[in-house]
Amino acid sequence: MPKAKVTFEDIGVSVTVPAGTRLIEVSEKVGAGITYGCREGECCTCLTKIVSGGENLAPPSILEDQVLKDNLAPRGHRLACQAQIIGGEIVVKPA
Amino acid sequence: MAAAAITDQAVEIAPGVHWVGALDPHLRSFDIILKTANGTSYNSYVVRGQHGVAVIDTVKENFADDFFRRLESVAGYDEITTIVLNHLEPDHSGALPELLKRAPQAKVYLSSRAQMMLKALLKPTGEKAPEYIPVTTDDTVDLGGRTLRFLHTPYLHWPDTQCTYLEEDGLLFTGDIFGCHFCDHRLFNDTVGDFRFSFEYYYAHIMRPFREYVLDAIALIEPLDINLIAPAHGPILRHAPRDYVHRYRELATPRLFNEARSEKTLVVFYISAYGNTRRMAEALAAGAESIGGVRVSLYDLEGGESGIFTDLIEEADGLAFGSPTINADAVKPIWDVLSSLTTVNVKGKLGAAFGSYGWSGEAVRLIEDRLRGLKLRVPIDGLRIKLVPDASELEECRNLGENLARHLTGRIEHREIDMATLA
Repeated sequence: MPKAKVTFEDIGVSVTVPAGTRLIEVSEKVGAGITYGCREGECCTCLTKIVSGGENLAPPSILEDQVLKDNLAPRGHRLACQAQIIGGEIVVKPA
Repeated sequence: MAAAAITDQAVEIAPGVHWVGALDPHLRSFDIILKTANGTSYNSYVVRGQHGVAVIDTVKENFADDFFRRLESVAGYDEITTIVLNHLEPDHSGALPELLKRAPQAKVYLSSRAQMMLKALLKPTGEKAPEYIPVTTDDTVDLGGRTLRFLHTPYLHWPDTQCTYLEEDGLLFTGDIFGCHFCDHRLFNDTVGDFRFSFEYYYAHIMRPFREYVLDAIALIEPLDINLIAPAHGPILRHAPRDYVHRYRELATPRLFNEARSEKTLVVFYISAYGNTRRMAEALAAGAESIGGVRVSLYDLEGGESGIFTDLIEEADGLAFGSPTINADAVKPIWDVLSSLTTVNVKGKLGAAFGSYGWSGEAVRLIEDRLRGLKLRVPIDGLRIKLVPDASELEECRNLGENLARHLTGRIEHREIDMATLA
């Protein structure tokens, strides 16, 4: 299975993950500072800054796009509960 | 107790501006968590301009009749051009679906974050969402000689909240901020009974977890010329309104003076039956202290009450909880503290758990789960030690303290992990 590497800047941890993993699944396991609310892409609590490697995440769904817009999220931010890792290297930190 | 009702008429609060809210003097608890010793009010307002009438917020659904009666005494439904929603919680939006039916031509102004809430509120009515316009700071609506200017003030105490400023008159409609659960038909702060306790109680239970947002809002509000503050609950603040803004700034400012502001703070709470968890706590604290740059405090929960630890927890950057395991659970004083934190913001703080156990040792994992549930980050596995910690186990406790201190001070060593190795 293809692998990817996600680095959580706030806790200094890089994790090798299988492609298809959502950021939420791995950030919770390593105790990164990204916090969660609804876990369904609605509340925007898990807004995450993608420091680099945004192209290695699947594009946001229509719902995620709308929630990011409604919550005035800056460019380069994603919802960790929605963002799916597709490969390569990604660096993130809490928004 | 305040009189059950004033008249059915609207009450003028400034020329062409009326209170059209409702009184709820018999309410004794609000949203389960708040006591309301003399009830509350749901304040709604009408502003008349030369070519438009605005309604600002509505009331709880079962008080809609009072609201509409008062509204009708100062405006016809066909005159309403504007509905402003400063906050969509049901006690302020309960009469909204019916108002939208009666004034379908009105445009709704709300914050960006309120849009999905509006759709969710209107779901049961089956009504098409009205024309709504998301607004933010400095967006305006011209009512003809009167201008409503919006202030983006989120999380006071929901994501959707905003304030609305009537520029020409210096009136500020604030939603829940500066409000309180206090019911008095005399309406104005210089005529009602003593509501100071209610004002502070409301802040402590509703606004305190959002104090950073309160300070952001105050920064937007302080430069305004304010003649009157019209909140969505409790007295209308027409006498010395700026005093209430000052008071909010005081309330939202950290309560405890911190001599070591430049340092991170770690508070270690423990409770111990035979002294084993205490020894772990002491070793952990010593380890954290040895790193430098972290102010470490050690507290035995048996010597305090959970309420008085709340201020410390609010101010701390990191929290470690130590508990023995008794009957497969952490002990009650730990849960008392961890169930008392809804009035402060602990999101994103560093958390850890540790404890000695005799048999099965579930407490540490249970505490970690609770810390994660409270949205603390728990990047370091907790430490469970069977019965009496020996020298090497106390060294592990020191290491845990050192690691916590490194996390707090940003001196963590980079780690590479394979997800398959994580539990």
